[in-house]
Amino acid sequence: MKADKKEQKEYKKLLSENMPKTKHVSTILRAFFTGGIICCFGQGIKMLIGFILPQAEEQELGGYTTICMILITGILTAFGVYDKIGNFGGAGSIVPITGFANSIVSQAMEHKREGVVFGICSNMFAIAGPVIVFGITASVIVGIVYLFI
Amino acid sequence: MKNQTLFFPNPVYVKETATIAGPKESEGPLKQYFHHCLNDDLLKQKSHEHAEIKMHIAALNHLLQRAKMKKEDINCCFSGDLLDEIISSNFSMREIDVPFFGLYNACATLGESYILASSLISTGLLDNAICSVSSHFATAERQYRYPLELGSQRTPLSQWTVTAAAATLLTREKSTIKITCGTVGKVTDYGVKDANDMGGVMAPAALSTLKAHLKATNTNTDDYDLILTGDLGFSGGKMLKKLAEKEGIMLEKNYLDCGMLVFNKEGQEVEQGGSGACCCGLVFNSYVYKKMLNGKYKKVLLMPTGALLSKTSSLQGESIPAICHAVCLETEY
Repeated sequence: MKADKKEQKEYKKLLSENMPKTKHVSTILRAFFTGGIICCFGQGIKMLIGFILPQAEEQELGGYTTICMILITGILTAFGVYDKIGNFGGAGSIVPITGFANSIVSQAMEHKREGVVFGICSNMFAIAGPVIVFGITASVIVGIVYLFI
Repeated sequence: MKNQTLFFPNPVYVKETATIAGPKESEGPLKQYFHHCLNDDLLKQKSHEHAEIKMHIAALNHLLQRAKMKKEDINCCFSGDLLDEIISSNFSMREIDVPFFGLYNACATLGESYILASSLISTGLLDNAICSVSSHFATAERQYRYPLELGSQRTPLSQWTVTAAAATLLTREKSTIKITCGTVGKVTDYGVKDANDMGGVMAPAALSTLKAHLKATNTNTDDYDLILTGDLGFSGGKMLKKLAEKEGIMLEKNYLDCGMLVFNKEGQEVEQGGSGACCCGLVFNSYVYKKMLNGKYKKVLLMPTGALLSKTSSLQGESIPAICHAVCLETEY
């Protein structure tokens, strides 16, 4: 039986009044601090690399830092640590590049039993794919706009 | 059939049960009641799907052992699980070699299997039958949600899929617990689209089946020692009580939900409790079954509930339909 519109509306109202809700203040604070700590850690790595390679330019340092952060996330994901950070930090752990790395590594791990081609390769970007698509689309649009101004 | 309810002409008895519980379930409050507890959810297999199949086979073998029967003595198996094309049941039956019906009603599969098996046993077409279900946290997460290692946050409404396998042997041969009637549920849809809010999705289905059952049997909730829903969880259970109260049905102390019983609410981080095809199988076949044998519960209404969604239907913006079957079990001395 499919309930009619009125019944559906009433039931949804009842649900929204009675069901437990996300505690916004605590989740936002947790996301803020988790994201902040990840970024501070990234800055620390950047400074460390700057110390080891004093001749490197600013842009190069950024590139090296990104590579290090992705590597560290990959390792943490493989050892089952990053999902705990994600469960605690929410968006704070998703927005930095580490979240992107986690979404790819976790998919690859999950699908490795279906083989390299149809398992890992075809599923790796299932979660991260939209980010790439939107990133490329946005850069094309910005490029076209840049051409005319 | 009267008011969706099948009254079995001859009683069908529950001869034996078997349960295999995963590691997290074994840390829960019902540990002492489970027949076998696992410490590892991969069971040295190469995938969690294989582990679930192994667990399902182990539950069936354990049941045969407990009932002191051989595969050849079993007339038929009614099994189901949550995976696509119910592979866990289908592949388990490859090893068991018994005539087999594969069933799918999501988490209400156990109720469906009891009703179908009881109908055939009661009318004399079968002498006995095994009803079995299994579910696994890792396989369900992968199929319905995200990869295990993805750093996503669990919502306050989410439930934890139980890792377990349960099997029940129903016979015509007299024993302590009998199945007297079963109410076949109707698919109910109140337009809820939140795939995390399973309790909210299934509560109206549970109410509709409960109403039909009470009307058909001309009883009220006080006539039962226990009314046990499948996996509504804490919030869904509360919602069912609220909906029932509106209809003038009182669900008081004799109401419980398997999802509430299987884990500790504090300390196990399961939010609204357990869920999954084997949630009610695990709780009923161990805890409730033993309590019925002890005489604590004499009349139990088991109501497994199921949310009939798939990842595709959710992505295409469909609301989530739900179903609930009810089975009435009584002790006989």
